[in-house]
Amino acid sequence: MPLPAFDTPLIFETGQEGRANRYLPDGPALETLLPREALRDDLPLPDNSELDVVRHFTRLSQKTFGIDTAFYPLGSCTMKYNPRINDAMANLPALRDVHPFAPDHAAQGALAVMWELERALSSLFGMAAFSLNPAAGAHAELAALLIAKAYFKAKGEPQRNVVIVPDTAHGTNPASAAMVGFKVLSLKSDAHGRVDPDEMRKAAGPETAVCMMTNPNTLGLFEPRIHEVSDVVHAAGGLMYYDGANANALMGNTRPGDMGFDLMHLNLHKTFTIPHGGGGAGAGPVGVAHHLIPYLPTPVVRAFDAEGTAVDAGGWRDSTELTFALEFDRPQTIGPMRSFWSNFAHMVRALAYTYANGADGLTTVSQLAVLNANYIRASIRDVVDVPYDEINRHEFVASAQSLKRETGVRALDIAKALLDRGYHAPTVYFPLIVPECMMIEPTETESKETLDQFIAALREIVATAKSDPAQILAAPVNTAVGRIDETRAARQPDLRWRPAP
Amino acid sequence: MLRTIGVDALDDLVRVPDAIALRAPVEVTPRLSEVEIAERFRGFAERTTAGGYTSFLGAGAYRHYIPPVVGAIAMRGEFLTSYTPYQAEVSQGYLQAIYEWQSYIALLTGLDVANASVYDGATALAEAAIMAVNATGRKAMLISRAVHPNYRAVLRTYAEGLELTVDELPYGADGRTDLRSLDAALADQRYAALVVQSPNVFGAIDALPPGAAARIKATKTVVIGVVAEAMSLAALEAPAAWGAEICAGEAQSFGNAIAYGGPHVGFIAATTEHLRRIPGRLVGRSVDTEGRMAYVLTLQAREQHIRREKATSNICTNQAHCALCATVYLAALGKTGLRTCAALNVARTNELKTKVARLDGFSVRFAAPTFNEAAIRVPGPAAGVLAALERERILGGVALGRWYPELDDCILMTATELTSSADVDRLVRALSEITARAAARV
Amino acid sequence: MANGVPAGLLYSKEHEWVKLDGDVATVGITDYAQSSLGDIVYVELPRAGATLTQFGSIGVIESVKAVSDIFTPVGGEVSEVNGGLEADPAAVNRDPYGEGWFYKVKLNDVSQTNELLTPEQYEHLIAGA
Repeated sequence: MPLPAFDTPLIFETGQEGRANRYLPDGPALETLLPREALRDDLPLPDNSELDVVRHFTRLSQKTFGIDTAFYPLGSCTMKYNPRINDAMANLPALRDVHPFAPDHAAQGALAVMWELERALSSLFGMAAFSLNPAAGAHAELAALLIAKAYFKAKGEPQRNVVIVPDTAHGTNPASAAMVGFKVLSLKSDAHGRVDPDEMRKAAGPETAVCMMTNPNTLGLFEPRIHEVSDVVHAAGGLMYYDGANANALMGNTRPGDMGFDLMHLNLHKTFTIPHGGGGAGAGPVGVAHHLIPYLPTPVVRAFDAEGTAVDAGGWRDSTELTFALEFDRPQTIGPMRSFWSNFAHMVRALAYTYANGADGLTTVSQLAVLNANYIRASIRDVVDVPYDEINRHEFVASAQSLKRETGVRALDIAKALLDRGYHAPTVYFPLIVPECMMIEPTETESKETLDQFIAALREIVATAKSDPAQILAAPVNTAVGRIDETRAARQPDLRWRPAP
Repeated sequence: MLRTIGVDALDDLVRVPDAIALRAPVEVTPRLSEVEIAERFRGFAERTTAGGYTSFLGAGAYRHYIPPVVGAIAMRGEFLTSYTPYQAEVSQGYLQAIYEWQSYIALLTGLDVANASVYDGATALAEAAIMAVNATGRKAMLISRAVHPNYRAVLRTYAEGLELTVDELPYGADGRTDLRSLDAALADQRYAALVVQSPNVFGAIDALPPGAAARIKATKTVVIGVVAEAMSLAALEAPAAWGAEICAGEAQSFGNAIAYGGPHVGFIAATTEHLRRIPGRLVGRSVDTEGRMAYVLTLQAREQHIRREKATSNICTNQAHCALCATVYLAALGKTGLRTCAALNVARTNELKTKVARLDGFSVRFAAPTFNEAAIRVPGPAAGVLAALERERILGGVALGRWYPELDDCILMTATELTSSADVDRLVRALSEITARAAARV
Repeated sequence: MANGVPAGLLYSKEHEWVKLDGDVATVGITDYAQSSLGDIVYVELPRAGATLTQFGSIGVIESVKAVSDIFTPVGGEVSEVNGGLEADPAAVNRDPYGEGWFYKVKLNDVSQTNELLTPEQYEHLIAGA
């Protein structure tokens, strides 16, 4: 359905003297408390009544599209439903307000949450341990590459400074490599969109530090020879890194650890339904094989049983009888990745989600994600190009290349036409190797009715593109604003409000 | 559905080679109904007893009053469940909110431009360091030892990857950065940036003195100001005013729960000169095809999804929802509420310092004026005092000896608008009893 | 100029043009390049006085949706830079061979121009693309 089209002035433009709310008791004047030269001259911020604040942001929310609004098949982002129980648990006052410097004995419940989640993830994905420290997937990639760098330095192999990425890789992969001083070697995918172990054999060598891959890959295709690829990289002395963005495809079925990955990250805001919140906060646990545990970021949550013996191995177990401590003193750690211990509120959410599912539930999650994606592919393959028209996993790519040639309508135009029909667009123009690419990921939380309605809308758009392309090229017309002049935004940057002089 | 796809069974879709098929069941949590989940998490909450203490903890995460209006707005489903606003036409609301956040940060720091947020204050500093390195081509940083130790540790983690040298300036007797060796240190122009934090880890107002910034810039060294307690921006001289060209900081104090350390929300603001080096997302204003004002993500060519290995940073997901909470908080508190809040913070901390200093054996360690925390010198090792306070159900603060061995008799105590005079008096009474008991034993 | 490329210039495989005037070369990008990049929003150029090595990466062109390295077709000392592009990057789209020029280089070795393409060779290159 269309979104409202009213204007909302900036919050700075509606403020007025005398509109302050009274949240706090009166205080003394700052001039009586601190030297004048330490104080700022003025604070050019508005005072708005609480009603005006509520109206302002309510209207902004009404011009914002979320999973709660309608179907959001954004490939690679896993836009699944965010169950509200997770937020309620994160909002329990004791867990919401505990300070990171609270002594360990006063934070046992919080530490238990982190430990239980870490054990569950380790077993679910076949890693020896996870660190919950990184704040996002890209942050975890950086951590993993720093771990690899430290590992090779300690081994006396500092010449290993090349990261191999398939040409289908997400942009954060090479960007993270650059932040660690690693060079990037892009590997061409084969005709079936996969990584060829023979190509890897030519590419991997004494300078290889890490090969960063995901499985299924960014085309949504499973890499059936992944174990061979791992063997090749290991034989060359390198490490295998798993980009966990596509983890929704394989839970309870196969594990990155069993595929030969030594390092991995998860995007809890994808697979574990942390709300995306308009672009974060996310959470990106980084997982390691046993030989890399010493390098994990600090602090690490340690668990001890009733006898005081450390509990290090095994999957999830009930934490009720265990005690916990934060461990900072780890001689080979790469150090902390951020100020404090984790995006803890999201650990609460992710653990609640894990409890809602258990092993069977998570297995079903992945199965249904794969089912839904294949169903859409099978239902639209006759109207759009499907460059890899075979069984895919939780997402697949379609292309508007033929449509563009016939009618001039491109992936971008299809995306805008979907907005007009009340859907969020799929991911477009990624991965880069598919021209006019549309990456569609429905997720498991969508019903068949929703999928059928989306399929019908897409088919109608393609039909209209052929009969009346101008209509599609003009989209969107039903939204708050139409297509935006991005050139002007970049050439004449207007990035903030300024008070009138 | 299976028929449409052309397979007989679900298994046909998810089959994997035997070599990598699951060999044994995974060991995860049991599967619980929602009411059982609530019960289980009530257990976790009960085992987290910190809330039952009177807290004087700060040091980078601050207790402030968050009006319920913040949660009421931020938890609206459209805000909570939307993604990065790549399809701008259906994201005008969130884009405007981020534009307002960018504006608030620019106004509070006094700088020209701010981005859509980064993970936290420590990583904001790391990103600011990268900006300075790109601006100057120099691969060394000079940072005050009075910058929060966790921030310096994160900078070192990043520095290892980027092969940066990090040197430190000491702090002086008054608790501020000791700038006496600064001119000499900058003379050979090897540093990309000079980094100071104000208020610093000791709570001391540590802005550069007049003239210092100009001397630093004459050596083509970038001035980076760090702000770990954003509430201070409501009261103190803006970082731009004392010479910061890049300001990296933490905005958790604005409307975000402490939540055992995260998610919080970092900010980066800078002068126009550094615009193209700013990492992460930027929201700009433009017009649509009908000439209507519209918001859109802009200058994306700097970012990882286009620049890939040439990106200035790998940041993708940031902390948008936390930035939204901060924006709503700033809108609701307004200029008046923020100034009142800041004043109450200073007043309560001054009261704590005055009253504690009257006790035998206790003193305010540093003379510099403070915002909402201060290093208090205690008789004997800090750990012992803190343990005794805990027995009185008080979390007295952070033992500075964990980072500064020379300050192992000091506790960083923090007081905010949520600290009452009664709380301060309870603390003082407990401290005096500790000394009395110790004296009685002698 | 239709899809023809201007005569009197030399070209690089990276879609730059070079105009020689004695031992001073003016450099810019071709019409094909500006069209592929889309609306140019920013050009990062070397500073006057900088020494460039032929085919080295010396700057960046940003458009709304893409970024491209500038590989200098000639080496030598940068004698002049087109300061007007800071305020008006659109000049590169409007007039790539004129107003949209990037920088001038005093060649350290004129024979390096032998490495460049003739108009016919460049036309052949973009026809095959």
